[in-house]
Amino acid sequence: MTPMLRTVADTAPVAPVADAAPVQIQVRGVEKTFAIGAQKIVALQNIDLDIRKGEFVCLLGPSGCGKSTLLNAVAGFQPPTKGTVTVDGRIITEPGPDRGMVFQEYALFPWMTVAQNVAFGLEIKGMSKAEIAEKVEWLLQKLHLQDFRNRFPKDLSGGMRQRVAIARVLALDSPILLMDEPFGALDALTRRTLQDELLRIWEEVGKTILFVTHSIEESIYLADRIIVMTYRPGTIKRDVVVDMPRPRDGSAPEFNRLKRELSQMVMEEQQRFSQDEIRSVTAD
Amino acid sequence: MSQAKPRFSPAALLRGSLVPVLVIALWQILSTSGLINPVVLPSPVQVVVRWWAYLLPTEAYDPAQSSWILWALSGEMLFDAWSSLYRVVLGFAVGAGLALPLGLAMGGNPRIYALFDPLMQVLRPIPPIAYIPLAILWFGLGNAPAVFLIAIGAFFPVLMNTIAGVRHVDGIYLRAARNLGAGKLTMFVRVILPAATPYILAGARIGIGTAFIVVIVSEMIAVNSGLGFRILEAREFMWSDKIIAGMFTIGLLGLAIDIGMNRLNNHLLRWHRGLEN
Repeated sequence: MTPMLRTVADTAPVAPVADAAPVQIQVRGVEKTFAIGAQKIVALQNIDLDIRKGEFVCLLGPSGCGKSTLLNAVAGFQPPTKGTVTVDGRIITEPGPDRGMVFQEYALFPWMTVAQNVAFGLEIKGMSKAEIAEKVEWLLQKLHLQDFRNRFPKDLSGGMRQRVAIARVLALDSPILLMDEPFGALDALTRRTLQDELLRIWEEVGKTILFVTHSIEESIYLADRIIVMTYRPGTIKRDVVVDMPRPRDGSAPEFNRLKRELSQMVMEEQQRFSQDEIRSVTAD
Repeated sequence: MSQAKPRFSPAALLRGSLVPVLVIALWQILSTSGLINPVVLPSPVQVVVRWWAYLLPTEAYDPAQSSWILWALSGEMLFDAWSSLYRVVLGFAVGAGLALPLGLAMGGNPRIYALFDPLMQVLRPIPPIAYIPLAILWFGLGNAPAVFLIAIGAFFPVLMNTIAGVRHVDGIYLRAARNLGAGKLTMFVRVILPAATPYILAGARIGIGTAFIVVIVSEMIAVNSGLGFRILEAREFMWSDKIIAGMFTIGLLGLAIDIGMNRLNNHLLRWHRGLEN
């Protein structure tokens, strides 16, 4: 395993996370179909994907391309119709704390305070009170939440809520973080702050991250690898390695070249999505 | 309610009391004019005097007999109000105490729901008052039939709302909890139950309101104490002033119960979005 410690001063291009690291998430021949009324929708088809330990991978594509469906299959919420998802050699059949999930809707428990939300997973694990208190404290500090520990989620801004959600899954010490458009509902500045914090934490604790987004810029800013997906059936259109040192500069020519390239791919799929939408409206 | 206007500004107080004052003045004029028999409609002054007498202790203060506080609380009205409140609380505790676990089970498990729902649908439309003859036949007179009737009145609102509350728990909380490793018991106690509390408490509030209606009726029929009994007794003596004084007290007790429930709600749901005030 290669720890990904890169500092601001580190300007030399770094090889993408290491071909040396072992494969942690293995997706093989995954297909997922849904029935909506009489219509059968193929959300995922022939997905083969290997994600290495410590890698930061973004799933990119327009709405309806099945990127969240793929994430849910890895999380164990929706088992695939065909094929398998394997994590560390075990086939995934149900959700578990080894794959901590961060949802776009935060999914904090509104009846628990910030500290109680963060402690919840630890209590389930059966840790002692003292250990829990110490760990919660450490996480609150890490995500700058210490002044909010006794607040309820309703009193927090969207950015703060997502910090709590991140602290809550980090508490699990799961080797894998699954993130479903976690910053999608945030304003641009909050979003950038949280992206930077996520990168900082990732570099520090070396987790494998599978991150769903429809923002091209976000994927280039964050990921080691970007998986571009097609719209219905959801397949892997391209597997792009982002070989740029972090922190990445959004105005750098390399960044923009990649952005143009990805935009074109995503727009092709977006157009198919729009046509489909128009067709379904006129059919009504 | 979001406007921070003072609720008791002098102008608002004046506006708010205008209609009640006019009605009471009209009532006073009507009953003193001799147009209406005072036995049918006593004057408001007479009602207030009677209410005061009803509140005060009946016997003179005797330090040898009891402490001052006990004496001050020995009035007929306070005893009646206490009797009624006791029945409401006991009946509500029985009714809600049975409805809550059943509602949680029915809401959480479709099989239990399918088993119990038909019976509940048959029993639910029967007004609790219709159980009076059966209650007396089964339990005789006294507190037992009253508590039984009140329990029935509280049971169904709490049951229906608990079922709805459990069924409407947002799936995202369940997914998050499963992801964090929650087992079935943890899920139920720490996620489903708290998520359902807004519904359950709304049901409890309706339930205690029904219980309060039922207590007055059952006291008129099955027991010899309480506010409901007292106003019916006053009718036997043609004491219309005491009937109205008793009704006023019933209103005050109902208001007190509602305020108490509201306080409890606000405390238990302090995390809830809808209650920021």
